Amino acid sequence: MAKVFFTASYVRVILYTFVIHLLTSSGKKMHIVIVGNGIAGSTAALKIREGGDHEITMISDESEFPFARTALMYVFMGQLKQRNTLLYEPHTWREKNINLFNGKVVRLNSHTKSIFMSSGKQIFYDKLIIATGSRPVMPDIPGTSLHGVQGLYHLADLQTLENTVRTEKGRAVIVGGGLIAVELAEMLLSRHIPVTMLVREKSYWANVLPPEESAMITAHIWSKGIEVIVNEEAVEILGSNGNVCGVRTKYSGEVIQCTLCGIAIGVSPNTDLVKNTNIHVSRGILVNEYLETSSEDIYAIGDCAELQNADPGRRTVEAVWYCARTMGHTIARTLCGERTSYTQGVWYNSAKFFDVEYQVYGEIPSEIPPSVHTMYWKHPKENKSIRINYDKSSGVVLGFNLMGIRYRSSVCLAWIIERAHISKVMKELSAANFDPEFSLRYEAELKSMYHTLL
Amino acid sequence: MSDIYHGTWFSSLTSRGWAAWLLAVILTAGYVILYWFPSIMGLGSDGAANTGLVGLFDPLSMYMKGRPASEWFVYGTLYTMAILVMGIRFLIRYRGSRYQTYRTLSVMFFQTSFAFILPEILQGLNKPYYDFKSIWPLNHYFFLDYNLDAMLQAGTLGYFMLFWGIAAFVLITPILTWFFGKRWYCSWVCGCGGLAETAGDPFRHLSDKSTTAWRIEKWVVYSVLVFVILMTVAVLTTRITGFRYIMLIDSGTLSAWYGFLIGAAFSGVVGVGFYPLLGSRVWCRFGCPMAAYLGILQTIKVRWPWSDEKKRLSKFRITTNGGQCISCGNCSTYCEMGIDVKAYAQQQQDIIRASCVGCGICSAVCPRGVLKLENM
Repeated sequence: MAKVFFTASYVRVILYTFVIHLLTSSGKKMHIVIVGNGIAGSTAALKIREGGDHEITMISDESEFPFARTALMYVFMGQLKQRNTLLYEPHTWREKNINLFNGKVVRLNSHTKSIFMSSGKQIFYDKLIIATGSRPVMPDIPGTSLHGVQGLYHLADLQTLENTVRTEKGRAVIVGGGLIAVELAEMLLSRHIPVTMLVREKSYWANVLPPEESAMITAHIWSKGIEVIVNEEAVEILGSNGNVCGVRTKYSGEVIQCTLCGIAIGVSPNTDLVKNTNIHVSRGILVNEYLETSSEDIYAIGDCAELQNADPGRRTVEAVWYCARTMGHTIARTLCGERTSYTQGVWYNSAKFFDVEYQVYGEIPSEIPPSVHTMYWKHPKENKSIRINYDKSSGVVLGFNLMGIRYRSSVCLAWIIERAHISKVMKELSAANFDPEFSLRYEAELKSMYHTLL
Repeated sequence: MSDIYHGTWFSSLTSRGWAAWLLAVILTAGYVILYWFPSIMGLGSDGAANTGLVGLFDPLSMYMKGRPASEWFVYGTLYTMAILVMGIRFLIRYRGSRYQTYRTLSVMFFQTSFAFILPEILQGLNKPYYDFKSIWPLNHYFFLDYNLDAMLQAGTLGYFMLFWGIAAFVLITPILTWFFGKRWYCSWVCGCGGLAETAGDPFRHLSDKSTTAWRIEKWVVYSVLVFVILMTVAVLTTRITGFRYIMLIDSGTLSAWYGFLIGAAFSGVVGVGFYPLLGSRVWCRFGCPMAAYLGILQTIKVRWPWSDEKKRLSKFRITTNGGQCISCGNCSTYCEMGIDVKAYAQQQQDIIRASCVGCGICSAVCPRGVLKLENM
């Protein structure tokens, strides 16, 4: 009797193991939970759907439908409505059978493979993707909790800003000299609010842009009526009755009166979800090349992820739209059965400083190393420039930096990947132009500059 | 240049607020008076002198063609003024963009010379009133009896007009669309397009971007094309055979109904009157049979005798710059034809759509330089 029972349970265990294996093995239906609906999470959700019929749940406490964070500024300026900034039409998510869930995830239990919502609801997952993005860094100075002091990252920040400018019409001080700082400046200027920018470096975004481009953009920001104070930082934010009323600068000690203080000194990964878990965190949630965290079946993508093995010369946290989207693609392939490693690829980025568009392809360091030759052309009057970097000894082209001129991404990236020689690039340069028709072309200027170098 | 559309959704006039409704009512009423009650605007009837608004235009009309103004002269003058004044506004806003500058100068030129001055002078010389750039089927009365008679009785010039009108439809339009896409007409030459691009620019974002609107667009615009073809065939058959009843209906009645429903009510009252509510290209998108014809030419694929595969006839498309799209939505929002440009750009797909008039605004408002109009 005992023997029969033993055999029966033995068979049962094997059967159960087999069933569990069927359910969890790749290619079989899994419940994939994505926390965060930014570009990383949204891309992952859509691409996983393309690759299989897994159950997909995407959770956000920020917005009902995924939207383009980069477009927040246009909503504030009245150029777009909130609805215009949605990544996809709302019906897309229903059609693709992706469950959108509004709410805050407060706790993660990797042993029971479940997450807990602030409402108390428990959600079980087979695979968990953390795509919680980043949050603005607050400087470690007094006064950052005053009313009227804020960053610009979340949808809620936009509403806060709206409420502040509705009642306060005084000067705004923006602490920081990067991309968010100039966006914030343009937004406030559109509401006729005078702006002072405190830039830590010797000119705008000087830790990223080479000196010439940085100087050009600094002058352009000045020309819009914005006071750009360089080599300066905030040391204290002053308040009265809980509202911000001024910013004291570090080196001059001067107090700039203001009713709004925008903080734009950068962002840091939002790792709240993995606090008090065994998942390894440094600046961000640490992931290997497969975007796997230290805990099984949990992945991290986008701004919140930190690469343990970044490519040489690349940062471990790249809080950039394009990188987040690529990570979303990569994780989707892995979860659909084709384990794929994330490759950072050739660096590219783009932005816009008021009227001046910016594109970069490849490596353009702010300080040009001695082994690199840089060819820089600037339009005599307008805010247009082209910079091409190449290796001095081998002639291999390394990067393109463009202001006010559009280049074709596919052409530039192909040259960099194939390690094209500068002479080839100069010969075929017109193929790279992506400016609108009838725009003036400047290939001849660059070519003559190149020939005088030879 | 980056602040062109700042505050668009804040202004009552450009966000379907009370000012927009007021303007829509005024414009619509203006069209109703123009088409059906011109005496209200001072048109003298039975030989009586003009008064009021029409009377104000008598001196200019006398100067240009030696006869008093008609309600159509008043309309033509005001229409041209609107394109010129709002064209200058557009040129100032888009200074620095050569594509936008050339395109706007082009529509201003074609409206002033081809649509306004030349036909009025022709009429003054007792020649047929003819706008050389208004091509059948947009020019739905080209094959009507009175127009054919006027051309056939005007000697060499008249025969040239007839030849030109047919060649413009059969040859010039397909060839130019082959090389440049629909835009050569819709946003460089056409008068309706000219008004939409200049006076209509503040309302371009109001176009409906939904897929439902797209479905309606395809049904309606091609139906109008079929309507105008049937009407023209009927009228010509009557002219040749003498039978009035073609397809069980009097061809004269058919052309009168087309003129009332499409020529007046759709293109005028709805097309322009509803600018502040439905956007600037309602007529071009839902109603214009020429746009439908151009749209077919822009998207049609053909297999040439020397080729193994089908190739798109038109070289025109909007290309996207790799993965640079940040899905901000500016392109889709400011597309006057209601094309969801972003949906293509974020998938890195070329934009090839029958309705695209190649105005280039998507490319201009893109903050990351992702879109480029090209003839490839």
